[in-house]
Amino acid sequence: MVVSAGVDMGTQRVKVAIIKDKQVVGKAQEFVGFEPIKAAEKALEEALKDASISRDEIEHITATGAGVDMATFADSTVSMMGADAKAGTYFFSSARTVIDVGAEDARAVKCDEYGIMQDFIVNARCAAGAGTFIEAMARALEVELEDMGALSLHAERASPINASCVIFAESDVVSLIHREEPKTEIARAIFDAMAERVSSMVKRLGINPDVVLVGGVAKDVGFVTSLKRRLGIEILIPKEPIYAGAIGAALVAARKAKRSRRQ
Amino acid sequence: MTNNNEKTEYWRWLEYKKVMPNKDWKKAKIITAGVDVGSVGSKAVIMLDGEIYAWSVMRTGSNSSDSAKKALGWAMEDTGLTLEDFHYIVGTGYGRVNVPMANRAITEIACHAKGANYIWGPTVRTVLDVGGQDVKAIKIDENGKVVSFLMNDKCAAGTGRGMEVIADLLKIPIEDVGKESLRVNEEPEPVSSTCVVFAKTEAVGLLRKGWTKEKVIAAYVRAMAIRMSDLIEKVGCEKDFVITGGQSKNIGIVKRVENILGVKRLPVPNLKETGLDPVSAGAIGAALFAKALYEKSLKQ
Repeated sequence: MVVSAGVDMGTQRVKVAIIKDKQVVGKAQEFVGFEPIKAAEKALEEALKDASISRDEIEHITATGAGVDMATFADSTVSMMGADAKAGTYFFSSARTVIDVGAEDARAVKCDEYGIMQDFIVNARCAAGAGTFIEAMARALEVELEDMGALSLHAERASPINASCVIFAESDVVSLIHREEPKTEIARAIFDAMAERVSSMVKRLGINPDVVLVGGVAKDVGFVTSLKRRLGIEILIPKEPIYAGAIGAALVAARKAKRSRRQ
Repeated sequence: MTNNNEKTEYWRWLEYKKVMPNKDWKKAKIITAGVDVGSVGSKAVIMLDGEIYAWSVMRTGSNSSDSAKKALGWAMEDTGLTLEDFHYIVGTGYGRVNVPMANRAITEIACHAKGANYIWGPTVRTVLDVGGQDVKAIKIDENGKVVSFLMNDKCAAGTGRGMEVIADLLKIPIEDVGKESLRVNEEPEPVSSTCVVFAKTEAVGLLRKGWTKEKVIAAYVRAMAIRMSDLIEKVGCEKDFVITGGQSKNIGIVKRVENILGVKRLPVPNLKETGLDPVSAGAIGAALFAKALYEKSLKQ
């Protein structure tokens, strides 16, 4: 009987997952805002409430994510790639490639059947291949972020936009709206461009099936459709892809807790 | 200044135009124009027998061909010239294929090389052109011909557009960015994010940390100057060195690029008297090509 927690300090949201005997029993997320530590503490509290578990019952907390240094309350840390590999195989035992598209970066991880990372590739230098791109474009298009995906599915074609860069794409979108181009086609162009970036990154790494997609953007039907088209293979998506990092970290925490019991 | 027209669009730079006095186009043998439709600015230059007569610099709208018409129309204003009076017009820049009155389109790389050679003379070997949505390092020979070049047009980092975004965020009028960025006692660390989107977030973080606006803009301008210098060094920086495009006016960029490279750029000629505007280098080059092409057509 091991109870552990994983905290994923993302650039936009903190996610927490509580694991009891290899089952996720509680989870919560909070916006980072300007006080990441407070947000993390709050998310942990909420997740504990969700699991009906008290804080003293947690044997080990492992943190991961871009803001991992802020998680002062954690007992240990794990790399984002390591957490992705663990979570991918937890969701689907056949997973050998895990793609994680977050708010500000995208990663692809190759792993073995034990969820051990073997190789990875990251883009964290450019916003055009990450969730921020969709957010910025939704603002430019004046549509709700959650409506972007459905909108793009109605398009027959993609508008021509300079989508190598979020900043350039913003001005292009404004011009296209002036020209009364259909918003559906602009949305499609945005997802195609993003999927192009992610898929070329994954192809550089090489793909071992099965492929699992996690991270906040995995919820976006527009992006998923474009990525499937680009990669030309089936993609598995867990029910709550945003918690992948937190779940992966909680699984690592469970192992560490077991190991320290033996000492 | 009333509250109604308080500045909210800090990126919006000033548009300007000029007609040279004491010149009469009716006495000219060859009247040509160069129209450079950039991604952010549209420039038109009218030449009489290969000498600058009138020019305009304005913001590119959402439509390239309208922007071309507007820029040339504004340069022609008060001259009495009509489109029929032009012997040859060359279009260049990002929207060069959409310059409706142009007889021909020529790439902006060639036009900037030619324009730099005309503005500063035959000693120019390296041109840094910082445009709205690209940045180019061009090596040229004594005739203003392109020897080699490198370009970044994939990413806003290190371009004028990136500068506009940060100016807007910090509420510093774009024309003051250079000056403000030099108002620091010592150089801050450059902004670490390459991507302008992330640099914005980083800049907000620095302000929250208590950095002054001047310090934040200095950190961003420095990061930009480093990127530009890297591009120039890849091509190889040979003297004489000049800077063209909108950011040639950004003294903060200029000073830092000079420091990093250890090379001074050639000073900007007196614009008001000569019309030799580094911002219009592409349009100047296009108007010169127009003259050469027209002369060639006469020989045939």
